[in-house]
Formats: sequence, structure tokens, C-alpha cells
Amino acid sequence: MTEIVLNTGDTAWVLASTALVLLMTPGLALFYGGMVRAKSVLNMMLMSMVTIGIVSVLWVIYGFKLAFGYEANSQWYGEFSLSGLGSAVNELTNNGGDYPIPLLAFAAFQLMFAIITPALISGAIADRTKFTAWAVFVTIWVTVVYFPVAHWVFAFGNKVGDTVTGAGFLAARGVQDFAGGTAVHINAGAAGLAMAIILGRRVGWRRESMRPHSLPLVLIGAGLLWFGWFGFNAGSALGANGTAALALLNTQVATAAAALGWLLVEKIRDGHPTSLGVASGAVAGLVAITPACAFVAPWAAVMIGLIAGILCALAVGLKYLFNFDDSLDVVGVHLVGGLWGCLSLGFFGSSAINSLGLDGLFYGGGATLLGKQAFGAFFVLAYSFIVTLIIGFAIDKTMGLRVKEEAEVSGIDYDQHAETGYELTTSSRGGFSS
Amino acid sequence: MKLITAIIKPQKLDAVKEALVSAGITGMTVSEAKGFGRQLGLTEVYRGAAYKVDLIPKIRLEVVVSSKIADKAIKVIADAARTGSIGDGKVWSTSVDSVIRVRTGESGEEAI
Repeated sequence: MTEIVLNTGDTAWVLASTALVLLMTPGLALFYGGMVRAKSVLNMMLMSMVTIGIVSVLWVIYGFKLAFGYEANSQWYGEFSLSGLGSAVNELTNNGGDYPIPLLAFAAFQLMFAIITPALISGAIADRTKFTAWAVFVTIWVTVVYFPVAHWVFAFGNKVGDTVTGAGFLAARGVQDFAGGTAVHINAGAAGLAMAIILGRRVGWRRESMRPHSLPLVLIGAGLLWFGWFGFNAGSALGANGTAALALLNTQVATAAAALGWLLVEKIRDGHPTSLGVASGAVAGLVAITPACAFVAPWAAVMIGLIAGILCALAVGLKYLFNFDDSLDVVGVHLVGGLWGCLSLGFFGSSAINSLGLDGLFYGGGATLLGKQAFGAFFVLAYSFIVTLIIGFAIDKTMGLRVKEEAEVSGIDYDQHAETGYELTTSSRGGFSS
Repeated sequence: MKLITAIIKPQKLDAVKEALVSAGITGMTVSEAKGFGRQLGLTEVYRGAAYKVDLIPKIRLEVVVSSKIADKAIKVIADAARTGSIGDGKVWSTSVDSVIRVRTGESGEEAI
């Protein structure tokens, strides 16, 4: 057996990808921040920023081991132990096989996924969530939902020879999810739905249109998400290789097609293609191609993206049908887009494109892969939805989830943070020196 | 003296301003306002959902004039602000008891 030697090219790409994926969370803060009304822009952005703080700290304490430990040899969780990253400085990565990159690079890369997933949920609960309750929610949610689910999906176990220990439940069953359609997007979308139901609707919902206060911010955020997503998807190859290049190209074309699909729906249905539509369409395409990006041909990526754009543009109307205030369409974009992306592999998956993949329906593989994908997608959906309902209910009954109605109406920014996003006045606020 | 208040469409502000100045009436105060009239606003569609919007953006223009030219001023404003479609607004006048010009201390019609 030859000894694995660190590959500097692979390591450089994973380190760069790690920084790209981190940038997605401030990008998400801008994307969401522009979509809310001016009175709650800071709270919306701070929900993402505090998530970076909380999850990073939890990750080095125990999160990494809970998600990627293998010594307990469990398919449901990693290990209940400290992450111990300080003693792993010279180790290389083994995740269902050897990768010639430092374990710490893998740990840092995966941390960024653990950060953005809870941050995505915040879009469902805009304008009305007590900030301390959000911080407590993120702490509990990543611990009992994200870290275990990441283990199910992303942990391929420690492979020595032919012996694999500690592979995740869905990974071991052959559910294909290259960069996190299940663990990130379905997971966050289902949790967003649960939290929107627990919190209830905003004051004035359906009566006022609650238009985005700054569409330029939304577009900057969407641009940063798109840029960072190359790290998310192509970085998930854990190396600078052909798989990474395929994932990167597919990410680009699927996103482009999805943005066009969403605009098309708006032009036909409402008469106006909107800037919110192009931003949402791009994100829907990014979400849908995430699980599939390394397993499909570029033409299939265009189809997956186009369908995602059209499907999600229609799906954002679900909240009006069922009367839940998923404020910034986490369900319509991430849950629906994530489900479509996971299932799309069952149609477009091609073992000729990626020898690790299986053939889907269109490549003569029958419905086997589609069945696996559906199982994985709905398993994560159900777990995340039910457990999030319990967490949300418990926080609501103890510390309370929601700000007072008058604070919500006058603006959560000033109530929770003693700041306002925009001080666009030249006149005095009055007062006396003290 | 009369205070004339006009609620007009925002895009008609420049036309009204120029018409008043051409008619020799100088000085005005303009503020952004929102409101509705007889048709109770309109319906708009955004992100696939329809909303009833009743507080429509308007301009409120206020000008104080001598009682002798008040009717003329009202007609000038109404003519300039008219588009013929719904939402053109209203113009009305009220009596003003006293006026003082801050810089010079002049009062009454001298101060207008």
C-alpha cells in the first residue's frame, strides 16, 4: 500500500473553496436583508452574522466530531466527543476513501456548510423573531438536526482497505447528494416551514404587499451567493480535478437557466419580469443543481435549472394557498428546489459522466436511483420538520420566540438592536445634553 | 388671505409649479403625501399575489395668496394638474388669519 502524500493543488482548491462558501453567508444576509422592509434590515442580516459566530464555535468544540467522527461506528451520528482538531494538524482526510488534503481543510470546508444551513432558515421568520430566541434556536438546531443529518449524508466513513466504519445512514444507502440538496436545502426548507408555522404570520400579512426595501441589496446578495456557490459545489469534489470542473460548469449553466425560467413565468403571468425574480431564480437554480452537479451532463444541468426556475416561481405561491408566512420564500425556493434537485438525479443521473454515479431513468437505469433519491429527500424533510417543530414549540413556551406586536410594527431593528439601517435625515432628533 | 392646498399627482408637480410662477404667484411648500379618494386605491400584483393598495403617493402643495387672486390660483393649479384620469386630486382653500415674514417682521399681505 502506497502512502498518501498531501497534494498541494487539491489543498489549495479546498482552502479557496472554504473561503468562497463562507462568503455565501454574508451574501445571504444581503439577499435576505434587501428583501425585508427597511425597518428590519439589520435584524435580518444579524441573524446570518450571529449564526457564523455560534456555529463556528460549536464546530471546534464538538460539532465536527458529532457530524464526521467515525469511532462510534454509528450511521446516525459521528461521535459524542470533543472535536479535538488541535491534535489532527498533520492528518489527511479520509471520508469513504483517502483524500490528499489536510483533515483541517476538510473540517473548515464542512464548517461553512454547517453555518449557512441554519442561516437559510432565518428567511422564513423575518421581521418578528426575538434575537436571543434565534441564537438559542441555532445552537439547539445545529446540534440535534444539522450535525446528525450532515453525518447521514456527507459522512462516507473511515475506509481502510475494504473496511468502512461510521458511514452515514443515507450515504451508505447510496442516496446521491453531491453538495447538500438534502442536508442543506431540504433540511433548511423544512425547518423554515416548521418555524413559520410556530411563529405565525406577521402583522399585516396579505393585507400589505411588504415589498423588498432594497432590490439592489438583493441583487448584490444573489451575486455573492452565485460566486460563493462555486466553492460549495465544485469544492465538494475535495480536489482540483475533472469532477470539480464538471460541478463548476453545471452550477453556472443551471443557475443561468433557472434565472431565465423564473423571468419567463413572471413575464407570462404578471407582465413584468422583476429583479426579485431574477435573483430568486438564480438561487433556485443553485439549490437544484447542488445535489446533482457532479453526476449529470451540462445539457441536463440546463434542464434541471430551467425546470427549477419555473417550478420555484410557481411554488412561492404555496404560502398564500396554505396561509403560512414564509416571509422570504425559504420553502418555495430551498425546500421545493432542493426536492427537485434530489429527484432530478433519478432522471438525469449518468454513470458515463461520473463513474461513482448511477444511471437515472433517462439513461436506462430504471427507477432504482429515483427511489433512493425520494427516500433520502423525504426522510430528511420529515426529520427536520418534526424536530424543528418540537424545538420551536419548546423555545416559544419557555423564553418566547416572538417580539411584541408594537415592536414588530414600529420596527424590530430599533427594538432588538437599538439601531436603524438608514439614518437618512438632516434634521435634528432633538434632545438635551446630559 | 387664503391658504390653498392642492393634492396632485407627483408627476404633475413641475407643471403646476411653472403655471403658478407664470401667473405671478411665487412661494410654495411641497410635501410628499399618501392617500385615497373616491375609488379607494387600486390593486397591484407583486410576486404572484394581488394586493389592494389604498394609500397612493401624492404631492401636497400649499401656497398662501391674497384673497383677490385665490380663485385664479385655484384654477391655474387645477388646469395644470389635470390629466383627465382617475386620481388627479383635489384643490381647496381656507382662510388665513395672519402671516408674518420671519426675516423682516412684515405682516399681513405684505408678508406673502
